[in-house]
Amino acid sequence: MNSPLNISRRTFIKATTLAVGGLVIAFSIPNAKRFLLPGIPEANASEEASKLPKPNAFLRIGTDNTITVMLAHSEMGQSIWTTLPMLIAEELDADWSKIKVMHAPAAPEYIHTAYGIQITGGSSTTWSEFDRYRQAGALTRALLVNAAAKKLGVPAESIKTENGFAISGDKKISYGDLAEAAAKLETPKAVTLKEPKDWKIIGKTTKRLDGPEKINGTAIFGQDVHFDGLMTAMVARSPVFGGSVKSFDATAAKKIKGVQQVVQVPSGVAVIADNYWAAKQGRDALKVEWNLGPNASLDSKALVSEYRKLAATQGLTAAKAGDIKTAAAKTKKTIEAEYVLPYLAHSPMEPLNCSVKISKDACEIWTGTQMQGTDQQAAAKILGLKPEQVTIHTLFLGGGFGRRANPVADFVSEAVQVAKAAGVPVKTVWSREDDVKGGYYRPMYLHKAKIGLDANGMPATWEHTIVGQSIILGTPFEAFMIKEGIDSTSVEGVADSPYLKSIPNYQINLHTAKTGVPVLWWRSVGHSHTALVMESLIDELAHTAKKDPLEYRRALLKDHPRHLATLNLAAEKASWGKPLPKGVFRGIAVHESFGSFVTQIAEVSVNKGEIKVHRMVCAIDCGLSVNPDSLKAQMESSISFGLGAAMQSEITFKDGMVEQSNFHDYKVMRMADMPKVEVYIVQSTEKMGGVGEPGLPPVAPAVTNAIFAATGKRIRSLPIGNQLA
Amino acid sequence: MITLNINGKDVQLDAPEDMPILWALRDVVHLTGTKFGCGMAQCGACTVHLDGQAIRSCVTPVTVAVGKKITTIEHMQNDKVGQVVQAAWSAVDVVQCGYCQSGQIMAATALLTSNKKPTDDDIDAAMSGNICRCGTYPRIRAAIHEAANKLA
Repeated sequence: MNSPLNISRRTFIKATTLAVGGLVIAFSIPNAKRFLLPGIPEANASEEASKLPKPNAFLRIGTDNTITVMLAHSEMGQSIWTTLPMLIAEELDADWSKIKVMHAPAAPEYIHTAYGIQITGGSSTTWSEFDRYRQAGALTRALLVNAAAKKLGVPAESIKTENGFAISGDKKISYGDLAEAAAKLETPKAVTLKEPKDWKIIGKTTKRLDGPEKINGTAIFGQDVHFDGLMTAMVARSPVFGGSVKSFDATAAKKIKGVQQVVQVPSGVAVIADNYWAAKQGRDALKVEWNLGPNASLDSKALVSEYRKLAATQGLTAAKAGDIKTAAAKTKKTIEAEYVLPYLAHSPMEPLNCSVKISKDACEIWTGTQMQGTDQQAAAKILGLKPEQVTIHTLFLGGGFGRRANPVADFVSEAVQVAKAAGVPVKTVWSREDDVKGGYYRPMYLHKAKIGLDANGMPATWEHTIVGQSIILGTPFEAFMIKEGIDSTSVEGVADSPYLKSIPNYQINLHTAKTGVPVLWWRSVGHSHTALVMESLIDELAHTAKKDPLEYRRALLKDHPRHLATLNLAAEKASWGKPLPKGVFRGIAVHESFGSFVTQIAEVSVNKGEIKVHRMVCAIDCGLSVNPDSLKAQMESSISFGLGAAMQSEITFKDGMVEQSNFHDYKVMRMADMPKVEVYIVQSTEKMGGVGEPGLPPVAPAVTNAIFAATGKRIRSLPIGNQLA
Repeated sequence: MITLNINGKDVQLDAPEDMPILWALRDVVHLTGTKFGCGMAQCGACTVHLDGQAIRSCVTPVTVAVGKKITTIEHMQNDKVGQVVQAAWSAVDVVQCGYCQSGQIMAATALLTSNKKPTDDDIDAAMSGNICRCGTYPRIRAAIHEAANKLA
């Protein structure tokens, strides 16, 4: 596959020399339309094209031969710190030992090639950058080759490149020695990317470049930012979402040694102190009276009843085929089921934090964020600055899982408000309790389904109603992510399910509930609830039809080769159908999300109500796997994250307040609970999909289907907890 | 002023008596390799060694450490077992986001210092107080076994 690029279609900014010497390659892709928050003016197009934001490059070559790759996305564990440099190094023929990596600043050059805003999410980094980063590598290589040709007085075609050198006959020049000369040359109009058969790095397991500093404690996360004059703040927030400060008494808080100021901000009252311990004690001593607002009686049990009533009415239609009413009368057997899934906190290991330093006409922000684009605009709006006057320093993220990509920039905006009110540089830090109670949860959902089987036991009618909050409604993304009242993230995995393709009559309905609870995408977004429901229902249909759950899926998915490939690979590796140790049972689930296809097979035993997951066998087709070991790591990670949620995690409300507070009652996966994990990769040349999320959706249903095989009990709500006790 | 022995050096610091060791390390001495995760000994991100024993520094006041030796992740490259554990972490490519890994390595090093050949059950018992939201547990287990083999 040759990929000659028509560079004239794109605006390539000519290479410029950095003050420190070396080569900068910069280019932007103007057809990735920039998303702007309401109130942020669109930059004049010619102004934007002529202005070089600093530093605006994807890579720099130092005269010392180091190659610094600028990451347009944030490293939060998914290993793009290694994967994106692999793409550049492949085309550049770089010396891998000379690669260094930096998070890019917030700037138009780094806008997501598909999403129009600087963001890390949707399991999209590798596929969305696959061309751009390879092009950056190829263009730079071409410049270096031209520089070498000029220096050696030979034709460019006679020069080959290898391991950081341009080579002609017995002469070789290092990239570092060519960098300054290359920076003065005109950027080529076209480059040809390597053919896959010539790849030396892409597709080969490559060790993480961020490994060493994360092993010896020197990696700097947002939480670790420190400079002279930086204070620590903790904010007292309303115990009920939507509440506000009525009054506060800071007398006792100010008596705590190290507390410097107590200031009111839009989200509550901030205690600003010399360090975390003083800030925490100050906040504990603070007396705040709250107007609790309209959500003071919020109650999870009442909310489920409310959702159940809504599910009894039709709602908006998200997908439809045939005539469900007429066809239902002709079916031989009907199953009806209701599923309830709880609110979930992301709870990354690093509690939220954000450091802010404001000066007269600039603002600097240090944080771990997945969404520099909106953060920068939100900060600018609060301070009356232009977005480009706000510098964002992205540090390593101690986990994200979606929590650090907030369209309303909650934790960054709050930190800016705190620093603004305090008049000094401040790091606003959340405690674990703040994180668990602070919202932006995966929404609670209730599903109701009624499915009719034909004489062969196959589904002939499928009626399905989903009730839950929209994560997009009320955000700046509403205008283009909600179509005719349907938030696609509420119904993804159901409305577009491949199973529906073989069912002549179906109707998928949605009720978008409003509760006052702040909600957000949580690892795998809508698929985090829809896969459980769909794969449980399919399993139930198979059992009702007295068919093997794997064979039943194969029959329904016969025209979906990528689903089938993962089903077959996982089934083979798990020895599906072969005997297991006494008391151990299998469950299977397959699901497509973020462009990838994953089957999970769980081996589970249930002993006196106690559930033990012994082994998970996972097979994925994500198209090309750029770094197979980091792909496997993401599957292991998704299994852990998915199992924790399936088995134990939930956020519940009573009297308007969140009932959980820390890891003792918001329970997550621990070492002793973790099963053996095996990951198998389908060798695939299909379209590339994501890796960070697609492993998760089929985890919970594989386990609950195994529980059904073991006990005959169908789990219809998560977490499984002690439902079998 | 209070005197603490941190990574082999006596350090004088201005910290209140009830300040947890975690915040003395992070906010006073600026040794940030030790992480804050929960503040109530539930997650293990703050694990350090006090006279060689793994402790949760987020709930241990500085006064407890007076006259004892605090060892943090920054010192593990000088610890015989710690070096081997770090090498195993690298060989298995354990880390993802990395935030919990200082605590994991400190807990694993304490385990392997007292138990040269831990079984899977020993690993479950010693490591289940350390949460990893990225789910690196299978690799942590593999790395501990690998380190045990190297130490044997």
